[in-house]
Amino acid sequence: MVRYVLKRVVNYVVMLFLAVTGAFFLAASSLNARSVYAVRNPPLDPDVLNNMLYRWNLNDNTPLLERYWVWLKGVFLHWDWGYSPEGVWINDAISTKMWVSLRLLLIGTLAGILVGVLVGAWTATRQYKVSDRVFTGLALLIVCTPSFVLGIATQIVAININRLTGVSIFEFVGESGQHGSFPGAIFLDRLQHLLLPSLVLMAMGAAQLSRIQRNLMLDSLGEDYVRTARAKGLPKSKAVMRHALRTALIPTGTYVAFSVVGMVTGATYTEKVFSFPGMGAYFVDSVSRMNVHGVVAFTAFAGVSVVVGAILSDIAVALLDPRVRLG
Amino acid sequence: MTKQNSDAHATSSMAVATDESLATTPELAVASRRIGRRRLIVRRFLRNRLALVGSCGILVLVLVAIIGPFFLPWAYDAVDSRAFLAPPSASHWLGTTQVGRDVLAMTVHGMSRSLIIGFLVAIMQTAISCAMGATAAYFGKWTERTIMWVIDLFQIIPSFLVIAVLMKGHSNPSNSWILMALLLAAWGWMMTARVVRSLTLSLKQREYILAARYMGLSPVKIIIRHILPNISSLLIVDLTLGVGYAILAETGLSFLGFGIMAPDTSLGTIISEGSRLASSYPWIFATPAIILVFLVMCVNAIGDGLRDALDPNSQSGGRA
Repeated sequence: MVRYVLKRVVNYVVMLFLAVTGAFFLAASSLNARSVYAVRNPPLDPDVLNNMLYRWNLNDNTPLLERYWVWLKGVFLHWDWGYSPEGVWINDAISTKMWVSLRLLLIGTLAGILVGVLVGAWTATRQYKVSDRVFTGLALLIVCTPSFVLGIATQIVAININRLTGVSIFEFVGESGQHGSFPGAIFLDRLQHLLLPSLVLMAMGAAQLSRIQRNLMLDSLGEDYVRTARAKGLPKSKAVMRHALRTALIPTGTYVAFSVVGMVTGATYTEKVFSFPGMGAYFVDSVSRMNVHGVVAFTAFAGVSVVVGAILSDIAVALLDPRVRLG
Repeated sequence: MTKQNSDAHATSSMAVATDESLATTPELAVASRRIGRRRLIVRRFLRNRLALVGSCGILVLVLVAIIGPFFLPWAYDAVDSRAFLAPPSASHWLGTTQVGRDVLAMTVHGMSRSLIIGFLVAIMQTAISCAMGATAAYFGKWTERTIMWVIDLFQIIPSFLVIAVLMKGHSNPSNSWILMALLLAAWGWMMTARVVRSLTLSLKQREYILAARYMGLSPVKIIIRHILPNISSLLIVDLTLGVGYAILAETGLSFLGFGIMAPDTSLGTIISEGSRLASSYPWIFATPAIILVFLVMCVNAIGDGLRDALDPNSQSGGRA
């Protein structure tokens, strides 16, 4: 199994490198840092501007391949991800944002998987009953709602609850804010700010996954071995959890690998809606401000998240599926 | 012999068989009247209430998008300088925005943009995924390896990232929606291509494909005439669901400001405009958001209904 996982890891790392390289060429050829200074009044001296852009490796007069080579050497030799058109070092800009996003992604994805699998499996055992109808309907509604609409709708509800109770139970702007002076106030404040964005992200992931898990579970509940397990005297809950759910989890494991891309996308919208200072919001601002190196850094971040998710799901599949483990 | 001929032959021989059984056991034949495959699918689809509601919903939305602009008192890009952020009233049925544009007219226009982009993208990306998936599976070897690599590579980068960068760099107000549709299709075909490939792999082993090959039919013709028709049920379902995904992606990018550009309007741009004022002026946000969710729900309901109707092993449609 170790060899199987190692082979996958090498494959992913090569792909990651190609993806980031692709992103560099794409961003460097589409976004022109010079245009950021075109609207400046009084206009900058062209020589000064050229020198500035050259120093930050953003000059469009330098051949694309040369810029790529400089950037590549910077990343590999000095772990230097480059500069924005305003001259801000990317490493500084993203050092805190990265952890903010990672926290959001981790909580949202894990909670989403857990809730999605449980709801999907549970509703499958109660097919066509009222609880099944309610949850499948809810899941369909959430799947069809874009994350930004979901985020704004959550905010509207939260504002109204805050207004009705007169206490700001929900916080939805930024990552931290005003807090009291009692012990643990800072922690509570962060938790308050994290609650709604994570909830939105979780709901999205869970809705998507519960639909898939319900179908898989319905298939595996009808299998002979589940009936055999029941026939030999296993209680229903045990037969369902040990025999039906385990086999139904294998395709889910593969699906989760692909769903991380969706989660990163969803997190970007959620961060933007909740003014959360994370990588997704940084990416959106980077594109607007022609920040080539910022875009590339976000691609690397997203790529690493996706690859880590894929590797974890590979391991999970190998643990669940004896055919993979032995083969 | 072409496929049509063989089909006609098969049907006529079946008809003969049923005629004979009619003659021998009349009471049995009355009990089980013969239904064609198409009739069967239509029946199973119509039995699904949610899918029926979805179809009606889409029909209504398309009609409104086509004839709506002729009956509305305001054009989507007209500015009423006496009504800024006006709540719903007799002259502006759904209120106005900050610059005095009519929300109803904007929503109808945005909806038609979303519908056009949705259908266009779905058709294009299904075509690409057919070509890629079937080619990979049919030719195998290095062709397959290369295509699978491209698919993996495309899937590792979030597509909205690529599209946002390209839109920012190359779009202008006059071409933004066409470019958007092309880019969404170019980065949306991978998942379906995977499924097409795995289905083609198993179809490739069938005798009729071998026969066609030994008759000297070219690979392109085999794929188009014998492989794609056999996976058409998957393709139809995927095309429908693709419309929903495309609409969500388009509105999302427009929401961030990388999609449809002003003065053109998409549901995403209206929602983005309304989101900043959502708590005090909810009408700008509410209408396009509800329409968007309803639109995607209708599309998904149709897709789910089609899947159940087309799947021969499906239990969901009841019997027959």
